Amino acid sequence: MKAAVVVFPGSNCDRDLAVAFRAAGADVEMVWHKDTSLPDGIDVVGVPGGFSFGDYLRCGAIAANSPICREVVGHAQRGGFVLGVCNGFQVLTETGLLPGALLRNAKLKYICKTVGLRVETSQSHFTEGYNAGDVVDIPIAHHDGNYFADAETLKVLEDQDRVAFRYTDNPNGSQNDIAGILSPNRRVLGMMPHPERAADDGHGGTDGQALFRALTGALTAV
Amino acid sequence: MKARVHVMLKDGVLDPQGAAVRHALGAMGFDGVGGVRQGKVIELDLADGTTEAQVDEMCEKLLANTVIERYSVELL
Repeated sequence: MKAAVVVFPGSNCDRDLAVAFRAAGADVEMVWHKDTSLPDGIDVVGVPGGFSFGDYLRCGAIAANSPICREVVGHAQRGGFVLGVCNGFQVLTETGLLPGALLRNAKLKYICKTVGLRVETSQSHFTEGYNAGDVVDIPIAHHDGNYFADAETLKVLEDQDRVAFRYTDNPNGSQNDIAGILSPNRRVLGMMPHPERAADDGHGGTDGQALFRALTGALTAV
Repeated sequence: MKARVHVMLKDGVLDPQGAAVRHALGAMGFDGVGGVRQGKVIELDLADGTTEAQVDEMCEKLLANTVIERYSVELL
């Protein structure tokens, strides 16, 4: 299984994401924001956390219009897998691959702590290593993680079982306690919490490992 | 020529920064501030002949996120 991890100026979780994919058995290549193509044979693209382009204009807005993101969108439109974490989730909403937007946290504070997430669906290669209803501990670290979508979009997400993770104790004001959502084909996942920061014994928790292992396993078996 | 783009959160989208500014004004003794909404003003230096439609396209594609924001364009 081959993963590509995108690096923007200001990304700071790119290497963590690569380490988590490699630990799960994936081959990983890093790609730069100015690259105009993805390496051949990529199964999944990781869009990492950080502060791409300094969060100028809006979080993720400038990254979403970078040359590599056109390729990431094309990869997703061809049925490829994409995982966006934190700033990566913001980038994916800005590209339109995922609906909604991430607003400033309701209480305005940057929040960096480990939170409880309830796995809402195991019906995706990202979440099939968990059981629906499992509660896992995963760190968050964001200032703009307050998920917003209009009522119609929320209804579609709920009706189609596309909420992947929900906060057990909503830290940021997200509508419906949403922490992560899937695309209609369930191959694009965006989530504010950082599974790659709970993927090694040294992290103090390993609840994120199952995501990388399930995804790598599923795409290796193909 | 220049254009000025105003970007505001849509009505109904929570603006916690505006709310914090409103609280601060109240705490400073300015009574009667019922609400504050905070937005952005973006000034563009443009080649002569740039059309409003082109500036609209810039807004749609980058300057505003129309999921949460509305914008207006002033050609100066």
